Amino acid sequence: MRHTLAVLVENNPGVLARVAGLFSRRGFNIDSLAVGRTERPDVSRMTIVVEGDDRVLEQVTKQLHKLVDVIKINDITPDEYVDRELVLIKVNCEPARRGEIMQVADVFRARIVDLGRKTVTVECTGNEGKINAFEESLRPYGIKELVRTGKIAMLRGNRSTSLDGKKDDE
Amino acid sequence: MKKSGAEILVQGLMDQGVDTIFGYPGGAVLPIYDALYDANIKHILTRHEQGAAHAADGYARASGKAGVCLATSGPGATNLVTGIANAYMDSVPMVAFTGQVAQALLGRDSFQEADITGITLPVTKHNYIVKDIRDLAMIIKEAFHIATTGRPGPVLVDIPRDISGGEVEYKDPGPVNLPGYRPVLEGTEEQLNKAAAAILASERPVIYAGGGVINSGAHEELKKLAELLVAPVTTTLMGLGGFPGDHPLFLGMLGMHGSRYANYAVCEADLIIAVGARFDDRVAGKFDRFAPGARIIHIDIDPAEIGKNVRADIAIVGDVRVVLNQLLPRLQAKLPGAWQEKIDLWKKEYPITYVENGRLKPQQVIREIYNVTGGKARITTEVGQHQMWAAHYYTFTRPRSFISSGGLGTMGYGFPAAIGVQVACPDEVVFDIAGDGSIQMNIQEMATAVNYNLPVNVAILNNGFLGMVRQWQELFYNRRYSYTELINPDFVKLAEAYGAVGLRVDKAADLKPALEQAVRTNRPVVLDFIIDREDNVLPMVPPGESLENMIG
Ligand SMILES: Cc1ncc(C[n+]2csc(CCOP(=O)(O)OP(=O)(O)O)c2C)c(N)n1
Repeated sequence: MRHTLAVLVENNPGVLARVAGLFSRRGFNIDSLAVGRTERPDVSRMTIVVEGDDRVLEQVTKQLHKLVDVIKINDITPDEYVDRELVLIKVNCEPARRGEIMQVADVFRARIVDLGRKTVTVECTGNEGKINAFEESLRPYGIKELVRTGKIAMLRGNRSTSLDGKKDDE
Repeated sequence: MKKSGAEILVQGLMDQGVDTIFGYPGGAVLPIYDALYDANIKHILTRHEQGAAHAADGYARASGKAGVCLATSGPGATNLVTGIANAYMDSVPMVAFTGQVAQALLGRDSFQEADITGITLPVTKHNYIVKDIRDLAMIIKEAFHIATTGRPGPVLVDIPRDISGGEVEYKDPGPVNLPGYRPVLEGTEEQLNKAAAAILASERPVIYAGGGVINSGAHEELKKLAELLVAPVTTTLMGLGGFPGDHPLFLGMLGMHGSRYANYAVCEADLIIAVGARFDDRVAGKFDRFAPGARIIHIDIDPAEIGKNVRADIAIVGDVRVVLNQLLPRLQAKLPGAWQEKIDLWKKEYPITYVENGRLKPQQVIREIYNVTGGKARITTEVGQHQMWAAHYYTFTRPRSFISSGGLGTMGYGFPAAIGVQVACPDEVVFDIAGDGSIQMNIQEMATAVNYNLPVNVAILNNGFLGMVRQWQELFYNRRYSYTELINPDFVKLAEAYGAVGLRVDKAADLKPALEQAVRTNRPVVLDFIIDREDNVLPMVPPGESLENMIG
């Protein structure tokens, strides 16, 4: 089963290497990892999607907790949350077929962000399922290049996994 | 007041109560050595940085305080790595300082540059590279805090030359504030009550104690627990001395080189109380067949140890000593019964013994060391057969008296560790029980022992083989002794060349006088015991087997 972890870490040099090293060393599989700043400049947030059964997940969480730079870990998998990925796709496209691609983009509420002589670059955000579907829809045109961020996620409603937030706050 | 980085380091060490450090100088630590020149801290110059790390480790294990080592950048730092990994595996509080090239040269493959924080990431509890001199005082304070609290472990602080050589207005760093580091010390009521109920309901309990008992100073509490429940106690290699070796409830070690009765007891127990132990594969054998009929209570300060290798039915996260003190009042005294009788029978039926055959027996040597030292010596060991014989035949009755490389199994550990132990315990008798292979891995530290007049005794159980490997070749590889026979130097002459005393013993009759002489001599002594060449450590659990399947 796949789990989504919201991990708050001190914004120290090397913290990404510590987390990544831990996963590879202990043989845990990372599906995706996204990291960036939060509302506090000294704290970064990692959203880690990890594959594994309960035992693996328990070890992942406990081993992560042992890192001094890791402040807080929440497994939000069973909760209501919003999750997003961003994808940029450069598709082969003769000028005459631009309209078609724009239609596909429209369906997914994606945006054209660049035009080349024989290519179109589109941007799309959404959850993983939507991004996968979008990618499939463009595949027949010939994808020249694709780049995807990892998933980021946030609990719905008043609850939060931020530093002072409680997952169970209502 | 302005202070240089090096002076801030010295100040930080003094503030932490550090009286001794073990180190080796070089270009990147010149400013630090300059500050040490007139500091009120004793510096022991080892002859190899690995020796410094192991000596700091031995010092820490004997004293319970953090051991401190220091090395220059590049090769100095990489030479520390085995010692740091060793301390990590055995949860030893240690702070290692390394010099680093100046920040302007970082990342350019500069002379003697090594990414030591990167290299030691997986073998330190935490590490730092200091990038701003204003952070230095706090980093030193945090390093000692992290190394010595919770589950102890090594912390490395890498100090670029421009930091140690730079200057800043010195400010006291104030209290440590690490939001991501809050070791849990107390067990929860709910878990304690569950554990107490399981203990009261059990008929065949076994206490399985590890190094956590020694780290947390819980030996008295452990003894109380065992006596209250009349529960037999088996320890790991790291736990030796955590429970009196001469106590009627003591079962010796469990696991691959455990006693038959300890392993049988674990296999037939209905309750295992694991106290500060981590179910290492050498201890537990096949994980899914460990103590098949037992419920398992696991008490440990490190939550990640719970359920890592072997399932825990009841887990109590906390400092072992604190938790035992919480648990004891919830229990009632039990009376001995059929279980204790059964165990006593096993003890009689399967004692750990050896057969005399006219040659000098390693077991005999260890036993005589025990007799001559009245069981009061601090024993360190190298790694191999001699280590297991030391564990079996020297009866350890107090914590911190058996000091050995358990988790990493580092040949070359025992001698420099003994130097650290002797520095920590200047008035005690210290023995390194060594193999003829292992001793040559850090033999250069003989110069250190002589230099500082540390009267460490080295007992080489000389079998002319890498004995433990030879034993496996004998038992599992059809006696094909591939590259395990040793052609050795003359250890007596070698000792003398270093300025130490060398003694050779090849028959039982000479054992006692030689050992008495060694203990009397106030200088480092090397005892070269020419022992039976092909003796084996038996019984043993073959690798990958469960504990009831012992051979020999
Ligand atoms: C640094 C290191 N290298 C290799 C080994 C593998 N090893 C384990 S025991 C052993 C033999 C040790 O021989 P010796 O020190 O003579 O002790 P004996 O077993 O003969 O008592 C070896 C090579 C090790 N534990 N550590």
